[in-house]
Amino acid sequence: MKERIYLDHAAAMPVHPGVARFARQFPTGFAGNPSTIYQEGLAAQEAIARAREKVAALIGASAPDSIIFTGGATESNNIAIRGTALRNRKIGKRVVASAIEHISVLNPVKDLQKSGFDLTLVPVDRYGMIDLDALGAAVTPETVITSVHYANNEIGTIEPIREVAEIVHDRGGLLHVDATDAAGRIPIDVERDGIDLATLSSNQLGGPDGVGALYIRPGVRVQPVIVGGGQERGLRPGTENVFGIACMGEAARLAKEEMPEESERLRAIRDRLIAGITGIEEAYLTGHPAERLPHHASFRFARIEGESIQLAMNMLGIAVATGSACTSRTLEASHVLLAIGLAHDEAHGSMVATLGRRNSLDEVSRVVSATRETVKRLRAITPL
Amino acid sequence: MADQIGYSQKVMEHFMNPHNVGVIENPDGYGKVGNPVCGDLMEIFIRVRDDVIEDIRFRTFGCGSAIATSSMVTDLAKGKTLEEAMKITRDDVATELEGLPPRKMHCSNLAADALHAAIQDFREKQKKEATG
Repeated sequence: MKERIYLDHAAAMPVHPGVARFARQFPTGFAGNPSTIYQEGLAAQEAIARAREKVAALIGASAPDSIIFTGGATESNNIAIRGTALRNRKIGKRVVASAIEHISVLNPVKDLQKSGFDLTLVPVDRYGMIDLDALGAAVTPETVITSVHYANNEIGTIEPIREVAEIVHDRGGLLHVDATDAAGRIPIDVERDGIDLATLSSNQLGGPDGVGALYIRPGVRVQPVIVGGGQERGLRPGTENVFGIACMGEAARLAKEEMPEESERLRAIRDRLIAGITGIEEAYLTGHPAERLPHHASFRFARIEGESIQLAMNMLGIAVATGSACTSRTLEASHVLLAIGLAHDEAHGSMVATLGRRNSLDEVSRVVSATRETVKRLRAITPL
Repeated sequence: MADQIGYSQKVMEHFMNPHNVGVIENPDGYGKVGNPVCGDLMEIFIRVRDDVIEDIRFRTFGCGSAIATSSMVTDLAKGKTLEEAMKITRDDVATELEGLPPRKMHCSNLAADALHAAIQDFREKQKKEATG
């Protein structure tokens, strides 16, 4: 059996070996509750404080206190959107998001409609770039929160965040940026970029699952969406996941340190992969050809369906993602692929490859020939 | 019983090496179900001799279970009388495949429907010939 090739880092990442080494310092975790003042509690507080500094440094936040830790990116997105909208509802009851946000952004903004908020989803072009004119028209002085991701996880496109921030701030609004897929892969500077709130995921940095962070620019008012004890400034109550938070901090530190070199390495592999796969008949790149995350390659193939591509690739030892309806819980076609203008049948035939530390240039030819074989086999069965 | 995780061995066998793939030129019966918009489209061709399905072929656009159920239904129907083949249900197909994940039970198990449509098509043609 050939060694497996894992190409779905956007879905889940192995823990970075440096994070695993760091974690071994705490084989039984942290004994103390960080809300206490005896030695064990102080050690836990200390671990969280160090992690806060490391995460802040990754995204250029000068105040470590601007970072709160959460249970993951979904939680961060919920706190950012619901918490900010509800806290500022006296200013206005409008929310805006791009049409291709992650479901953990889209569902909170849609849910706010039940509380009387008006929602505008801003369209994107065929590459997934946000329509800045439409954004300008959508954001009004009554818009309390606008959410635009740094980059998309299905098509890899990087949004023009500084221009987005300028438009939102010109109208007096606040900008939330889901940076889950971009952080650690491209340089992010929340202060220079003009970001008011930013979501981060531990796992996407090479840390453990079940931890996330939310950057909240000092002065931005957010109200809790779950209530309990006062942990994390009351915004994420509950005893902290100290071990997970400490590991996320180390993952952020390593990501910052390794990003320049690692991103270039992945970009070279990625470019070869794109060149190889787009050489297959009726295979097309999705997302932006240049403004895309360095580890991200995404495609669609005419006349075949994505889940069967994923399944056949798996049998050939390769793990890839698909935006196919058949793999989603809702069984609906990907809202991202529909928003970039693909027809429903076109949107079903997608394949996404996201690279990570263990991937190498040597793997490209095997992935390309497996894709070629898979496409050929499925096209021999298709009635289309 | 806990929900099945992933596809059964049997589904994967039929997915990787589907049986009776292809078309029959001038078939005695033709059935088509599904819609590429929904992500599943299958067509079944049958050749009938003395009320028995002598040959059967399929083509499918769709997920793993759509392809495996198509393959399985052609195996089940081949050599059967039309009356027997009409009695093949979605559940029979799923059972023969050693189960399908719960989410796949309703949406992509259309193969039996395609078979029935092909038989229906054959019967209607017969009727037309008899009256015409």
